[in-house]
Amino acid sequence: MLHIENLTATVADKTVLRGVDLDIGAGEVHAIMGPNGAGKSTLSNVLAGREGYTTTGVVTLDGIDLLALAPEERAGAGLFLAFQYPTEIPGVGNMYFLRTALNSVRRAQGLDEIAAVDFLGLAKEHMARLDMDPAFLSRSVNEGFSGGEKKRNEVLQMSLLEPRLAILDEIDSGLDIDAMRIVASGVENLRSPERSMLIITHYPQLLDFVRPDYVHVLRNGRIERTGGHELVRELEAEGFGPATVPVP
Amino acid sequence: MSDVIEELVNREYAYGFHSDIATDVAPKGLSEDVVRLISAKKNEPEWLLEWRLGAYEHFLTLEEPQWQNVTRPPIDYQDMHYWAAPKPKGPALKSLDEVDPEIRATFDKLGISLAEQERLSGVAVDAIIDSVSVATTFKAALAEAGVIFCSFSDAVQEHPDLVRAYLGTVVPYRDNFFAALNSAVFSDGSFAFGPAGTRCPMELSTYFRINAAQTGQFERTLIVAEEGASVSYLEGCTAPMRDENQLHAAVVELVALDDSSIKYSTVQNWYPGDADGVGGIYNFVTKRGRAGARAKISWTQVETGSAITWKYPSVILQGDDSIGEFYSVAVTTNRQQADTGTKMIHIGKNTTSTIVSKGISAGHAQQTYRGLVKVLRSATGARNHTQCDSLLLGSECGAHTFPYIEVKNDTAQVEHEASTSKVSDDQLFYCRQRGLTEEDATAMIVNGFCREVFDELPMEYAVEAQALMRLSLEGAVG
Repeated sequence: MLHIENLTATVADKTVLRGVDLDIGAGEVHAIMGPNGAGKSTLSNVLAGREGYTTTGVVTLDGIDLLALAPEERAGAGLFLAFQYPTEIPGVGNMYFLRTALNSVRRAQGLDEIAAVDFLGLAKEHMARLDMDPAFLSRSVNEGFSGGEKKRNEVLQMSLLEPRLAILDEIDSGLDIDAMRIVASGVENLRSPERSMLIITHYPQLLDFVRPDYVHVLRNGRIERTGGHELVRELEAEGFGPATVPVP
Repeated sequence: MSDVIEELVNREYAYGFHSDIATDVAPKGLSEDVVRLISAKKNEPEWLLEWRLGAYEHFLTLEEPQWQNVTRPPIDYQDMHYWAAPKPKGPALKSLDEVDPEIRATFDKLGISLAEQERLSGVAVDAIIDSVSVATTFKAALAEAGVIFCSFSDAVQEHPDLVRAYLGTVVPYRDNFFAALNSAVFSDGSFAFGPAGTRCPMELSTYFRINAAQTGQFERTLIVAEEGASVSYLEGCTAPMRDENQLHAAVVELVALDDSSIKYSTVQNWYPGDADGVGGIYNFVTKRGRAGARAKISWTQVETGSAITWKYPSVILQGDDSIGEFYSVAVTTNRQQADTGTKMIHIGKNTTSTIVSKGISAGHAQQTYRGLVKVLRSATGARNHTQCDSLLLGSECGAHTFPYIEVKNDTAQVEHEASTSKVSDDQLFYCRQRGLTEEDATAMIVNGFCREVFDELPMEYAVEAQALMRLSLEGAVG
C-alpha cells in the first residue's frame, strides 16, 4: 500500500533523511522508533507534504505518486497525519472544522457531502467510543485543550476521516498512563484490514497497547534495523546503541 | 501561503460596474450657491437652509486635519460635484413598482431586492444612489408598529419637528472639518425613529451606492430611539471602479434616550482602488451616539472596502448605567489604508464600554487602530474593556495601535489587551492535511479570528459578512 524507496529529505541545507526504504502492506501496523534527531518527525512531515523540504526518491500510496501532490490532495488520497503538536485555531468551532475536513476528503473521493444535522449524530457516535464529552464540538479547534484532549481530538479526526494510511507522530507524547491507554485503545479500534498505520514513537509503552506487526529503528536518516515486537523489548533493555557517524 | 497572498493582492472588486442612469448634477465646486441649490432642490424649510449656511460659513474657517496615519494626495474640494441624483423619468413615484428599471436592475445586480413581495429575511431597505434615496421598502408595515423609517429628505418634509429637534445634537456642525462639510452639503441618508416603548419589528437597512463620476457622497443618517424603544439598523455600501478617488464624508447620529437600545451595523465595501492604489473611495465619516440612562448603543462594523477608511464610531455614555459597544473587523489589502477605531466617553455613573477590534492586513496595506477611552470625573464606577487584535497576511503590510486612555475618576476600571499574529504555517499545514485547500484554510482561519465580531451581526448578515470576507480574501485557487 505504502511504498518508500530511497527517500532523502533536506531542510535548510541539512540532510535529515538519507535514503529511507519502507513498504507497508494493507492492514499492517508498523512502528518507527529512534533517538532524538533521527528524522522521525521529518519523515512524517515529508509524507504528509509539508513545505520546506527538498526531497528525492519515490513514495507511492496505492500506486499514486505522493510526492507530486499538495498536502490536501494527499489527504484526499487517504493519508492522515496525527500531529505531535496539534495547532490551535481560535474562533473556529471544532464541529465546523471536523465537518469541513470530512467533506473536503469526501469530495476528493467523489462521495456526497454530509449535512450538518447528519454530521452531528455521526460525530457523537465516534466521540462516545473515545469517551469524549460532546462539549468538545462547540469549542474552538484545540484551543485551551489539555495535552490529552488534543491527542484524543486527533484520534477522533482519524476515526471520522477513515484514512487508508494513518501516520501517528508521537501520539503518546505528553500523556499520562491513563490518557495513553484511552488514546491507544482508540487507535487499536481503528485497526482494519483496509487500513495501514505507521506509528512513530519514542517510548515502548504505547507499543504494548497497540501491537505493531513490524518495528523499525530509524537512525541517522535511515532505517537501521527491522524486526518484530521483540525488538521493542531489546531497545528497552539496551537503548538505541552507540551513535554511529553518518556516512557523508 | 505566498500564493494566497498573491491572490489576495490581485483580487477583483465584484461591484465595480457602472449603471447608465440619467443623472442630474450640480456644477463642480463648493460655494454658498451650491449649498442654496441643494437646499432648494430638496425643497427644504428655511431653518434647515440657515443651518446649512451656518455650517458652510464655519467650514470656511477650518483647515483639513492632517493627523491621520495615512498618506494621500491633497483633495481639491472645488473639483467635485456636491449633488448628483438619478433623473426622475416622470412624476413622483406612487409605488415601488414605478422605480426606474435601470435602478432596479442596479440593485438586483447588487443582490438587494427592492420588491416587497420578496420578503425573505424581513428587512426593510432604504436604497440610496448618489445623493438621493430611490426607494424605501416596508414603510407601511413599520408605520403600523409606530416606527418611522424613510429617507432623510422625506423626514424633513413629513416629520420636520423631529428632525429639527435632534439634527446636530450629537454631532454639531462645529465638531470637525468633515462634519461641517457634510452639514453644509449633505444630500440624503436615512431617518429612523422608534417612539417610546416600541420594539422595531424588523431590521432596518440602508444600501448606499455611489454611481455618478467625480461626485462626493455626503449622507446624513439620524436614528432616534425614545425611552424604552429598540432599533436595529444596518448599512451596506458599494461603488463603481474608477481611477479617481471619490470622497464619501457621512455623518451618522444616534440618539438613544433612557432605557432604549440602538444596534448599528455596517458592512462597508466601497471600491478600494486597484492593486497599485489608483482610485477608490475616501471614506471619512463621523459616527457618534449619545446614550441616556440604562440605554445601550452598539456599533458593529465590517470594513472591507475604500482606499482610505477614517472613522471612529463613538458613544457618549451620558446617562447612568449606560452601555457602549464597538465591534469591528477591518480588512485592508493591496494599498488600502485604514485609520479606524472608536471613542467611548464615560460621563454617567456605572457606565460600561466594550471594544473589540480585529484588524486584518495583507499586501502593502497599512492599518491603524486608534481608540479613546475617556472617563470623566463624574463617571464613578465606569468600566471599559478593550481588546485589539491584528492579523497580518504576508510581510509587506503593517498594523499599528494607538490607544488613548484618559481617566479622571479613580474608581474606574480600564483594561486594554492587544495582540498581533500571523496566519501560521502550522495552522495552514494542519488544515491542508485535513483536506482543505490553502484558500479554504486561510478563509477559515481569518473567519475564526473575526468570530467575536461576526457573532454580533444580525443573523441575516452574519453569513453575508463571512461571504464578503471570503470574497475579499479570494482570487482563484492558486
